[in-house]
Amino acid sequence: MDNNQVYLKNVATLKLDVTKCIGCNRCIEVCPHEVLVMEDKKAKIVTLDACMECGACAKNCPTKAITVKSGVGCAAGIINGILRGTEPTCDCSDPGSCC
Amino acid sequence: MNQQIPQVSSTLSFQDKLESTLVRWGIGRMDHTVEPGIYAVGNPNQDSPVLISANYKLSFDALRKELKNINAYIVVIDTKGINVWCAAGKGTFGTEEIVNRLKKVGLDQIVSHKTIIVPQLGAPGVAAHEVQQQTGFRVVYGPVRASDIPAFLKAGLKVSKEMRQVRFAFIDRLHLVPLELTISIKYLLLLIMTFLFVTAFSPTGLNWNPAINLLLAYLAGTVLGPLLLPWLPGRSFSVKGIFTAFIAISIAAHFNIIGVTKREMSAWLLIIPAISSFLLMNFTGSSTYTSLSGVQKEMKIAVPLQSTALVLGSILWIITKFI
Repeated sequence: MDNNQVYLKNVATLKLDVTKCIGCNRCIEVCPHEVLVMEDKKAKIVTLDACMECGACAKNCPTKAITVKSGVGCAAGIINGILRGTEPTCDCSDPGSCC
Repeated sequence: MNQQIPQVSSTLSFQDKLESTLVRWGIGRMDHTVEPGIYAVGNPNQDSPVLISANYKLSFDALRKELKNINAYIVVIDTKGINVWCAAGKGTFGTEEIVNRLKKVGLDQIVSHKTIIVPQLGAPGVAAHEVQQQTGFRVVYGPVRASDIPAFLKAGLKVSKEMRQVRFAFIDRLHLVPLELTISIKYLLLLIMTFLFVTAFSPTGLNWNPAINLLLAYLAGTVLGPLLLPWLPGRSFSVKGIFTAFIAISIAAHFNIIGVTKREMSAWLLIIPAISSFLLMNFTGSSTYTSLSGVQKEMKIAVPLQSTALVLGSILWIITKFI
């Protein structure tokens, strides 16, 4: 049951440019939801809907083959951002309202 | 040299456990930091593993209590007292701080190997290849859960597929319920007071039923929603919140507190789902699998509907009290 906790369909902004992939396996190591697999020494996105846009794969890709618009998947954070006119943030300058 | 490195125990004291319980209830939650630097667990030597941690006390405690009978170093980096995952999202658990901290503690003088173990949940803030370029230390991402660390060390720093996966089991969600309950309580009390105030001035006089209905709506969003999450229909949390509202409404109807007239019942049929749906939508921030794009999409539809339902429902309810 824990494995099928998927969120909305077809919204994740994760993209992989397979021509840049050098097969180092880092993206697969850091992904908390098994979104990517290694196939013929190239990474491949297999479960896009499980992507929570944490950005770990993109950050750890040495050739920048992966892009994702990462951020907090948090309604309170988004409201916070709108109220402050910033990006969605769970900024902790207001104690007690932090993620 | 090792004499200068502070020792920490792998056993948590009563006070450590008490603090952790208080934090779960939102008491002094942001006020638990650990001094950044290097710490020794057991009797580590130059070949011992080096584990990186955040300077949030709960993160640090979660790590050290799993290191029984293990000799290791913990390098605590300065994340401003924020846990690994949240700090990684902000970048304070990040490449720059790791690089600087390793230099500051002089890790290359303490160990003879060139490997550091970084928690996998820190990866959104850390570029492993850049850490290696700048310090010579190779980053190995450790398991998601600290409890898997002994097995991970024993296996020669190998992480199984299972150890990589973030779960969100019933027990994890249960741990979050106290905080969900307390975090918005002031808004609930304000709403309850407003409704009671209105009944006190209505021709029928002070009536506690609205307070119970509002409390039921609140519990539907903060307790039922998180606990029943995977079994509730729909993918978006705001939709799931409508289903828990139905449970709250059924309870209220069973005890005959949902109102006597059709008009008052309709008012509650708008108010209860609006509150429950909004509160459960906010649980996206505590969940372990929602994305920014997804939550934005959900909110674009849900927030206008929730606010309309709450305002319309409240107006309708006030009208029933005076007409």
